[in-house]
Amino acid sequence: MDFVYELHKTMLQEKLILAYEGEFTQEVTKSILAMTERNMDSFGEDSGVKRKVFNVMVECLQNISKHADNLDPESGAKNNALFMIGKDEHHYFITSGNPVFTEKVPEINRKLSGINDLDKDGLKALYKEIITGSPGLSEKGGAGLGFVDMARKSGNKLQFEFETIDGRLSFFSLKNTVSRVNTKE
Amino acid sequence: MEVINLEATEDTPRIVLDKDKSLFEISGRSLPEDSAEFYQPILEWLDRYQKNANPQTKFAFKLEYFNTASSKLILDILSKLEDITGTTVIWYYHEDDEDMEEAGEEFSELVDIPFEFATY
Repeated sequence: MDFVYELHKTMLQEKLILAYEGEFTQEVTKSILAMTERNMDSFGEDSGVKRKVFNVMVECLQNISKHADNLDPESGAKNNALFMIGKDEHHYFITSGNPVFTEKVPEINRKLSGINDLDKDGLKALYKEIITGSPGLSEKGGAGLGFVDMARKSGNKLQFEFETIDGRLSFFSLKNTVSRVNTKE
Repeated sequence: MEVINLEATEDTPRIVLDKDKSLFEISGRSLPEDSAEFYQPILEWLDRYQKNANPQTKFAFKLEYFNTASSKLILDILSKLEDITGTTVIWYYHEDDEDMEEAGEEFSELVDIPFEFATY
């Protein structure tokens, strides 16, 4: 049972306020959002910061439920992935991890690196280009705007990493940082 | 013409479309699992309304939050409104919600409809 204490220590060390591993559905998304909102309300978090965290969380969670690839199609388990929120004195960290087919890695990598190369105006231009460019939503119901929106709303670079699971799958980790200091003024 | 009156839920906005009372409003949160499916009846209603629209249509967006899939559908709604003569969009945003204000400004740059901005 050592892992229980180890996990507990890791959560404290990484300053996690919530971690969820499992299936991602709209119901799960709504529950995680509600829990996090309550948590932020409980210590009177700034409404602007709350909105940004909420925003990044929705895109992150819906990204997983739309795009995470199945680790084991046979088992019928859907979108087994990890989602975490951490908080220190000055930031919130919204982190996700999910398996993706290795063949998709170069494209995700290219997209994210491209986004990280852009400044505020560049991101705005890219957002407009994507929203007006495609005739409708993708087959999976996405607008192709999730990563751009995360970068715009968080105001920070997206941190990401890929690790090999096996010949077919890679593990995609993504971390968003939202500053708790109101940057408006 | 039939009235659309949808109550808000945790992940879908309140929507009122009432030609006789001249009420056109989308408010609250929009992050449905399937945005295209959720907004389809709204787009179809606007197609019917366009054929016999009121001389003036003041369409209010009073959104607290919308996800990126919804933003695409909001643009689709605005594109329909573009074809309805006498349309004005009233874009409401919470007074300290800079992102929502900016979202409205961006939409206004993408379509050819007069936008009015108001805080709540």
